Amino acid sequence: MRSSSWLRWVSAVGFGVFVGLSLFTFHFAEGLSYLSNDPAACKNCHIMNEQFDSWVKSSHHTVASCNDCHVPATFPDKYFVKAENGWHHSRAFTLQNFHEPIRIRPTNLQELQHNCIRCHSIMVGDIAAHRDVEDMQARCTECHRSAGHLTTN
Amino acid sequence: MRRLMPFLLTIAATAAATWAVATLLLNISQRKQEGAYQYLRLVEITEETIDPSLWGRNFPRAYEGYLRTSDTVRTRYGGSEAFSKLDTDPAWKRLFSGYAFGVDYREERGHAFSLEDQKTTLRTSQFKQPGACLQCHAGGMKQVYESVGGGDLQKGFELVCAMPLDTAWKYVSHPIACTDCHNPADMKLRITRPGFLNAIKLVKAREGIPNYDPNTMATRQEMRTFVCGQCHVEYYFKGEGKIVTYPWHNGLTMDGAEAYYDSVGFKDWTHKETGAPMLKAQHPEFELWNQGIHARSGVACADCHMPYMREGAAKITDHHIRSPLLNVSRACLPCHHFPEQEMLARAEAIQSRTIALLDRGEIAVLALCDAILAAMRRGATEQELAGPRALHRKAQWRLDYISAENSSGFHAPQEAARILAEAIDYARQGQLQAELIRPSGLSVK
Repeated sequence: MRSSSWLRWVSAVGFGVFVGLSLFTFHFAEGLSYLSNDPAACKNCHIMNEQFDSWVKSSHHTVASCNDCHVPATFPDKYFVKAENGWHHSRAFTLQNFHEPIRIRPTNLQELQHNCIRCHSIMVGDIAAHRDVEDMQARCTECHRSAGHLTTN
Repeated sequence: MRRLMPFLLTIAATAAATWAVATLLLNISQRKQEGAYQYLRLVEITEETIDPSLWGRNFPRAYEGYLRTSDTVRTRYGGSEAFSKLDTDPAWKRLFSGYAFGVDYREERGHAFSLEDQKTTLRTSQFKQPGACLQCHAGGMKQVYESVGGGDLQKGFELVCAMPLDTAWKYVSHPIACTDCHNPADMKLRITRPGFLNAIKLVKAREGIPNYDPNTMATRQEMRTFVCGQCHVEYYFKGEGKIVTYPWHNGLTMDGAEAYYDSVGFKDWTHKETGAPMLKAQHPEFELWNQGIHARSGVACADCHMPYMREGAAKITDHHIRSPLLNVSRACLPCHHFPEQEMLARAEAIQSRTIALLDRGEIAVLALCDAILAAMRRGATEQELAGPRALHRKAQWRLDYISAENSSGFHAPQEAARILAEAIDYARQGQLQAELIRPSGLSVK
């Protein structure tokens, strides 16, 4: 009986250390910033430095930040995509096993295209329903490559 | 004991989870440090520091890459193993007859072997060579020239060029080294080879820029090509002083170089079979690249041959200098948004077409040699042979220009094809001319 109460304290202290360390790690990794729209959060891991630098010089930087093009605009889809991408990014960056130069995934490409059309619907409404656009055969960024961020090292 | 189990399990689980979180914390911390890119100055690097391993203590990542230039890997048409090209393509034994390259012509290896390979080739052991050769084969030549010249780079350069190669070797102990491209004070790129400094001045003067000095006037991106262009060029040893000279007096084209050689009446050797006054092309990578689309688009040598890479969160320049075809992802894909296989296929298509033209060119020049030999047997005079011999010089110079250039045409595909087409045309013209000299059975004046 006495030994189990001693263990209860050890567990409690141990759990407290775990929670504290986890919170500190989250803070140290600037975890909260990922819930924001701040483009600087995307280059926390430094792999996005070039993308960030070129976005600063792009035609879109006064009207659209990373999230405007890369994640859905509405709740809760926005945070679902953020969480999913965040998981992939942090796993890849921690384990260091990803393609170089980094490449956008097909699902994210679809999201991107959707966001182009979302803002420019009045202008592209007539062509957005075209089959090639629907099938992702004709993508906005194929031709308008420098609109967001064109990196050449 | 049974009542204790849940507690013990909780402790074990919490411990494991804490372990994992602490590991993650350390990983994040490490990435943050890498991202801040710091370097530890462990040793003082000065102009006297030639040994790359000392630079490597301060810049371990770059040095690790540099060490890997000793590897031997083949692409489809190029490689870095030690073998003789005369064995794999015996036509060149005949094309170089009477010349040192007809005795030994080996595949070039990585920078790590630049000095060693010079010492082992039969071209330096069986033939007398000048200290001029050293400009591009050893590390720390700026320091050697300055000490021999009493502080004057150009003077030391001229003195060392004229020395016997055996004597010049005594001044050096390393292959191409860090100090050749980097200023030890701030690691900025710099030009150290007088041959390049003198020649780029000629090129820029033609563009209306007098007294051009790349070390003060070139942009960073230009320097990322110029440091390579110091040695990866066409050159000859001018006059009795054997001064390393790049033939850029009429610009950076093949035709410009040929016009210069013709204007000064230079020949590398006299062809043993045909008696033609021949030119030997060295390896005009810088010149051919200058005629291509990558140069036109502002892409530097280093962009493809030393692409940026990442180690952890640190971005560094890959100092493992090699063929981009061994590294398509990092070399091509940052600009070309296509799959690696597609980019490799594009490059190899260009190279295959160039090699096919090159093979036809060899056959054409050999046919010209045969025709001249036959004409000589029929008793052709020196005067009658002058035309075919001049065409032999022109044709083989073009053939060799693309053969010796290290990209199998990739650096400027259309220019390479144009040059090879001219090689074939001149060879066949020469062959026709030779065949018309005293045709068999006829008596021609």
